[in-house]
Amino acid sequence: MTARYLYVHLPFCARRCGYCDFVTVLGRGDQHGAYVDALLTELELERGSLAPALDTVFLGGGTPTLTEPGALRRLLEALPRADEVTIEANPETVTPELAALLRESGVTRVSLGVQTFQPRLLEVLERRARPDDVRRAFYHLRDASFDNISLDLIYGIPGQSASDLERDLEDALKLGPEHLSCYELEAKPGTRFTYAHGEELVRQAEAMEGYFERVVEVVTGAGYRWYETANFCRPGREARHNLGYWEGRDYLGLGIGAVSTVAGRRWRNKPSLARYLAALADGRRPDREVELLDAVTLRQERLILGLRLDEPLPFAEVEPVLSLDALGRLERLGLAERRGDGLALTVKGRFLGGGVTAELLA
Amino acid sequence: MSSLGRIRNFSIVAHIDHGKSTLADRILEATSTLSKREMRAQVLDSMDLERERGITIKAQAVRVDWKGHQLNLIDTPGHVDFTYEVSRALQACEGALLVVDAAQGIQAQTLANAYLALENDLEIIPVVNKIDLPQADPDAAAAEIAELIGEDPARVLRISAKTGEGVEAVLDAIVERIPPPSGDPEAPPRALIFDSAYDQYRGVVAFVRAVDGEFRPRERVRAMAQGTTFETEELGFFSPERSPTPTLEAGEVGYVITGLKDVSRLRVGDTLTSAGRPATEPVPGYKEVKPTVFSGLFPTESDEYPELRDALERLKLNDASLFYEPETSQALGFGFRCGFLGLLHMEIVRERLEREFDLDLLVTAPNVAYRVLTKAGEEVEVHNPAEFPREVERVEEPYIRATTIVPKDYVGAVMELNTERRGRFHHMEYLSEQRVLLAYDLPLGEVVYDYYDQLKSRTKGYASFDYDLAGFQEGELVRVDIMLAGDLVDALSVIVHREGAYARAKALVDRLRAEIPRQMFDVPVQAAIGSRIIARETIKARRKDVLAKCYGGDITRKRKLIERQKKGKKRMKQVGTVEVPQEAFLAVLDLNGSSRS
Repeated sequence: MTARYLYVHLPFCARRCGYCDFVTVLGRGDQHGAYVDALLTELELERGSLAPALDTVFLGGGTPTLTEPGALRRLLEALPRADEVTIEANPETVTPELAALLRESGVTRVSLGVQTFQPRLLEVLERRARPDDVRRAFYHLRDASFDNISLDLIYGIPGQSASDLERDLEDALKLGPEHLSCYELEAKPGTRFTYAHGEELVRQAEAMEGYFERVVEVVTGAGYRWYETANFCRPGREARHNLGYWEGRDYLGLGIGAVSTVAGRRWRNKPSLARYLAALADGRRPDREVELLDAVTLRQERLILGLRLDEPLPFAEVEPVLSLDALGRLERLGLAERRGDGLALTVKGRFLGGGVTAELLA
Repeated sequence: MSSLGRIRNFSIVAHIDHGKSTLADRILEATSTLSKREMRAQVLDSMDLERERGITIKAQAVRVDWKGHQLNLIDTPGHVDFTYEVSRALQACEGALLVVDAAQGIQAQTLANAYLALENDLEIIPVVNKIDLPQADPDAAAAEIAELIGEDPARVLRISAKTGEGVEAVLDAIVERIPPPSGDPEAPPRALIFDSAYDQYRGVVAFVRAVDGEFRPRERVRAMAQGTTFETEELGFFSPERSPTPTLEAGEVGYVITGLKDVSRLRVGDTLTSAGRPATEPVPGYKEVKPTVFSGLFPTESDEYPELRDALERLKLNDASLFYEPETSQALGFGFRCGFLGLLHMEIVRERLEREFDLDLLVTAPNVAYRVLTKAGEEVEVHNPAEFPREVERVEEPYIRATTIVPKDYVGAVMELNTERRGRFHHMEYLSEQRVLLAYDLPLGEVVYDYYDQLKSRTKGYASFDYDLAGFQEGELVRVDIMLAGDLVDALSVIVHREGAYARAKALVDRLRAEIPRQMFDVPVQAAIGSRIIARETIKARRKDVLAKCYGGDITRKRKLIERQKKGKKRMKQVGTVEVPQEAFLAVLDLNGSSRS
């Protein structure tokens, strides 16, 4: 078994947003070149895990587009070709030059981290971009003939009113993106953000409960397909890379903090940049945490992830890890349903996906 | 051997903290039973010694010598729930020291104990203690106590057990005023059991007062009411260490080692006699004590059920009045329905289970025993609300005669509380210008529900309270059931008076709505009398429960989140379709008035 999905982690950020708990590294412009070298060395070391032809490549971060342009170009040109090559971009980093660079280097899809169009809320999130930066970035990408752009929105920001959300959705839809991701803000324990806004989030929790329903209503009303719990697309414009995760495909991840799952073995690179660079400069694999996935765990993951999708997942694949009692109960409650040979959540069930899935697991 | 004329048997009775144990210690010292230094050293040593000799229980009666007399001091259980045991201990005496705190005067328990002593025809020696305290008012206290028992105030002794002042006069008064025991040394032997304990090495140890005749070791003996027979392994008394003797004679107090393995086979109040030369009549006054307060005890972790069972078995070894039987609740799983002599007894048992046996318990709302005549004409006694028939012809509930003593400013507050609790005024009496005694007849079922806490808070802690059981009376009682999403939650059913049913039902329903997390569907919370819904709330369904994105393929984290959610669900009790966290039951049961302070 080899992976047809490749993830590359570019950790550099201008600064860390308060709510973020991903593996990021601030600044270090002088190390971008060395990091790209290391990534390419790791790619060579793991070549055996990759299929000869790839479906997708995804460059995530961090802020991938903050990577020094020369190093970024070198990386993109050295990576294997794929039908879908996505890069995450922060709006303020998208210039006409960058857009052209991405296009020329084989990128086919850009995911823009918008989060919100309200200046006040952008400040709460400690984002650098202003609303106009978003629009400008979007047009630069269109000008560079990108026809597959995704916008990331966050809802449930402390102080966000229902009408703020309506305006965000309206502003995002007005741009006509091919794809939209809408996530509820997670106040992760230990982040600066939770420290500053945790209490406010608890206070507004109940009021915000309807936000998810509203997002689904407005976005599907505008003709998008709610194909995954938090993702919407124009027909045929699913994020194929992410779909790979949700469908339980093998993937290879490169870079600090990156996770790979190949043939029942999952490993995660340790997050230290210095150690990563040192190991690969020596031609060694970086330090990793390894987890072996048995057949039951793989099926459980298949269930957990597969139920996030609107298309049913094959019942036979997950039946061994299902509680049939729970399924019966959830069917009676109108939360889950059998469709042909498949199993899926109903629309009502998808809003409660976490709890429903926990209950379905035997 | 002492002849009858040189024996004095007595108890010390007092309200809590009025100085009973301090006075007992001083008596041991003054009679040189123990020197001051020995007090500490010997008691500690004797624990080890006793263990070596194979007996570990504490003395319930101590023999001391005073000016050529044998004085037996008999200990009495400390609180109201053990009235019967106290009365049997008093029956073993001819006199009692009634001790009153010079600063506090008569309290409810003083009264209860004084009445018990009078009922047993005891010579009462009134003692005002703590005269060394700055706030002491010995004259006022002496006047109250003299008035209470109809004694000349001049004959009230004034002492300080703490400093030892007046203790010798107490001993002299015991010899002078308390009559010696009467009994027939030649008659077939009879002895009253006034207490018993379980020793892990020697089995049941009975504390007895020999009434007639004489007992010897290695003699076949029979308990007259229960019919239990055994051979006496050893006889003796405590002074305060264990002292075996060849005989226990009429008038004497001591212990009998029985070798029996089950404390319930020897009941307090029963009479021992010789199997070979039996007495014809037992010592009067035996009755079987029945539990009056009941509740369900469930382990919060269902796998602790065996531990709870073992703990109850061990408590029962030393507490014949504890009653329990297995109970299965749909909501709470496996546990026990337990019967107690009263609320305090219940609290003691619960505390010992939690503290000594390290168990976490869910205790259902305490209830009393109801006598129910069903529509079918059947008479049943019900100890569990879940078994209370829905169709009843007639219900009787137990009543108590409650005595409350309060400063006069709180009389109104107590009357108001008692009226709210369906109490009927009996009488009122000024004990002094400041202090008033209020007697009410109250349904016991109203007292087990949050009464002590209310009394305490409404009288700022100044009230003292005591009660006697006063028979059964008819009452308009109904069973209120709680339903979650239409399913009955058996553990939450309560029996209440019809008039209080709505308020109680509403409080329960509100609390459940607040405590039960929202589910994936609307959950109606209802309270019903029979099929009639009397209160209703709805726990609205959750509208959103999704995990956020998964970036860069970090699926393990997502899986663990779901696993954690799954585990959380497993900790909940499934009631029909609804998942109820342990805490919700705890909160609701707490509201039910298991008054933990």
